[in-house]
Amino acid sequence: MKTPLIQNPKVMKIVAPALVGLFLLVTWQVLCMAFKVPIYLVPKPTDVATTLWTDGPSLLGALAVTLKITFLAFGMAVVLGVIAAFLFVQSRVIETSLFPYAILLQVTPVVAIAPLIIIWVKDPTIALVFCATLVALFPIISNTVLGLRSVNPGLLNLFRLNGATRWQTLVRLRIPSALPYFFGGLRISSGLALIGAVVAEFVAGTGGTGAGLAYQIMQAGFQINIPRLFAALVLISLTGILLFSLMAWLARISLAHWHESEMA
Amino acid sequence: MLMKYSEIEEDVASFAADADTVLLANRVEKTYPNGTHALDEVRLRIQRGDFVSLLGPSGCGKSTLLKMYAGLEAPSHGHLRWLGADSPAKSGLKIAMVFQEATLMPWANIATNVRLPLDLAGVPKAESEPRVQRALEAVGLGKFGASYPRELSGGMQMRASIARALVTEPDVLLMDEPFGALDEFTRNRLDADLRALWSQRNAGGGKPLAVVFVTHSIYEAVFLSSRVVMMAARPGRIVADLPIPEPVRDDEFRLSMAFNEHCRDLSARLLAASGGELEHD
Repeated sequence: MKTPLIQNPKVMKIVAPALVGLFLLVTWQVLCMAFKVPIYLVPKPTDVATTLWTDGPSLLGALAVTLKITFLAFGMAVVLGVIAAFLFVQSRVIETSLFPYAILLQVTPVVAIAPLIIIWVKDPTIALVFCATLVALFPIISNTVLGLRSVNPGLLNLFRLNGATRWQTLVRLRIPSALPYFFGGLRISSGLALIGAVVAEFVAGTGGTGAGLAYQIMQAGFQINIPRLFAALVLISLTGILLFSLMAWLARISLAHWHESEMA
Repeated sequence: MLMKYSEIEEDVASFAADADTVLLANRVEKTYPNGTHALDEVRLRIQRGDFVSLLGPSGCGKSTLLKMYAGLEAPSHGHLRWLGADSPAKSGLKIAMVFQEATLMPWANIATNVRLPLDLAGVPKAESEPRVQRALEAVGLGKFGASYPRELSGGMQMRASIARALVTEPDVLLMDEPFGALDEFTRNRLDADLRALWSQRNAGGGKPLAVVFVTHSIYEAVFLSSRVVMMAARPGRIVADLPIPEPVRDDEFRLSMAFNEHCRDLSARLLAASGGELEHD
């Protein structure tokens, strides 16, 4: 017997949230129209859509700048984070002496140190990438360390019993065991890189040709161009969702054949 | 002929490694930092080609003793010998181990899992692949090399784990309650197959295989082994060392008088050694 389309889990996964979204948008639209909310307070979804269409080219240009910073920072965070994690698991001494400073990175608000970095680093792009990297780094370090340590003790004994070298244990046991944790770190970190890129630009406030979405939002705020502000927000949210989906997809193609988290 | 532990103790003077002794524990003690006295003056000799069960209740130190034979744990006092040498590496003895769980790498298929000891030893693939296939066929998994561990039942995963242990053609196979988590039917099948594998290895002109099998099941110990070493807890010590001389182990043996008598004898001794308050698990 054929199952009805609506009960197919794959269809449900798209249809259900889409319906919720549609319901919220319609409610928003109806409320705005019913209470005649002025456009400079809360624009209707249709106003935002119109602005997205008319201001599209300039906003997309800004999005490209923000994306560039996000990806550069994310890449840096992955490379540095993995190197740091490998260093940490080499010995407990290294971990205990350095880990507090990794936490320091995490708990210091980027808004507080961004002005300093922008003063010290001349090139604005490099300064912004630096700030966003700081935000995105910690989840990669902590998840990868956790993963490299989360090795089945029985398998570790088996490797010891068979005279495995440190290198063999790392490549054949620790790295595969760490992958699910690493991908978890990637998911968190990709979103943080985007947030870091936007927040850093807010603080830096650099305009001109290299301006990203944060600058567009600030400008729109100053000009009380609220529909444009919303349009920029929509673009940032969509980018975040796309980044997250990309990471989820990467995890799925790498882990689907063995890890419980990615099985149907 | 039943040899009592006291008789072995009188034999202290000659308690040294001879050519047929693969594993030797002499007055081995283990005390953990928290004060637990896991083993007290244990003396045990494993001969080439033996099938010895270490039988006892939880906390009698049988797994600790096995880990020491594997070289994974050091004694607090006393010493161990591997073919007379003071470390497994120096002895040239090939030791394989099967754990309570199958401990397969979930990201690798069964053939890759079984090949692991050969890969770690740097055996080229052209040589290792036929050996892996032979080991898989020996445990009845000839067609499952490409499967992943999660696709197999608990019993089949255990078979893969045994194949991985046998692929190096070891001199000694250490097994730590390998079938404890399986249902009784699967367990009986695996017991019978393990005994058959051991007989095959020791019947031909090849290298004899000694098995040290940790269990808390009296029936399993009697069915499998040529020798049952009974241990008691608090502190962990050996209380009896009994031969099970019957050569044929099949379903008929399981139902025989001899099987029953061995089991009753062991139960009585275990009860006596624990001062009547035996804790079953």
